[in-house]
Amino acid sequence: MSEPVSALNGASFQGFATIREIGPLGMITLRAKGLKSLDKAIKAVTGTKVPAQRRIEIKGEHACGWMSPDEYLLLLPYAEVGAALTKIAKALAGEHHLAVDVSDARAVFRIEGDRADQVLRKLMPVDFDRLEPGELRRSRAAQVAAAIWKQDQGFTLVCFRSVAAYVMGLLTHSAQPGSEL
Amino acid sequence: MLTLECPCCGVMADETELSPGYEAHLKRFGPGSSPEEFEAYMFARKNPKGVHFERWRHTYGCGKWFLAARCTATLEVFGTYPAQVSEPPADIIAKIQARRPGWQPDGKAPK
Repeated sequence: MSEPVSALNGASFQGFATIREIGPLGMITLRAKGLKSLDKAIKAVTGTKVPAQRRIEIKGEHACGWMSPDEYLLLLPYAEVGAALTKIAKALAGEHHLAVDVSDARAVFRIEGDRADQVLRKLMPVDFDRLEPGELRRSRAAQVAAAIWKQDQGFTLVCFRSVAAYVMGLLTHSAQPGSEL
Repeated sequence: MLTLECPCCGVMADETELSPGYEAHLKRFGPGSSPEEFEAYMFARKNPKGVHFERWRHTYGCGKWFLAARCTATLEVFGTYPAQVSEPPADIIAKIQARRPGWQPDGKAPK
């Protein structure tokens, strides 16, 4: 059995904010809309309620985010993914849905520090003054798709694994000491 | 720079988050239609200077298609609305008429 490895093997950078690649993190994409048992399925996996539009419900190491009107992102410890998929299949049996393990298709970064928002302000077309705690914002970081939310005095950023090195380069450059806004 | 509110996720999306889908409310002419009808469906576009209805996709956000009414001359945005309609909804038409008195949607006689 091979060990799961994150895209950049936990790379980090200390600028005017701290950039850390975290993971591997368990992630499940759940596509479903208006299902009777959706709240039960999400509760069984993450222990949270179904997030409202553009919200992310966080409970310890588990979270559930609203990605689009028919898509949810479930975050959980990497080792729990297999069991979680079984739970979803059982809870949503007979209802039209799609649940896929995307843990190895993603890279996750933490941007931490008092000026963490400035690192992202330079890269994303997002109004950070209006970004609420518990809001999940999908947008782009320079040229690639990324999703961000505020968590514990910093931001968590999720992107595709294939562009992990590019995003690390962006964040590193954006956090260069002396380039504060 | 164009900023459109995505009706599917409520984000005020910057133009660079979106992909253009060109003219909205086209009626498809497929098998069984005359060559003239198919040609008009395939190639003929209104391309007006003024009020225009367009399709946009929130590519970097929720990924959904939606429709927008805007002015091609001034870039003024009158409103956005979900794509599951075959003609502009009444509230969008009212908003356009409030800003462009006398404007009428295609095929409607002026009152």
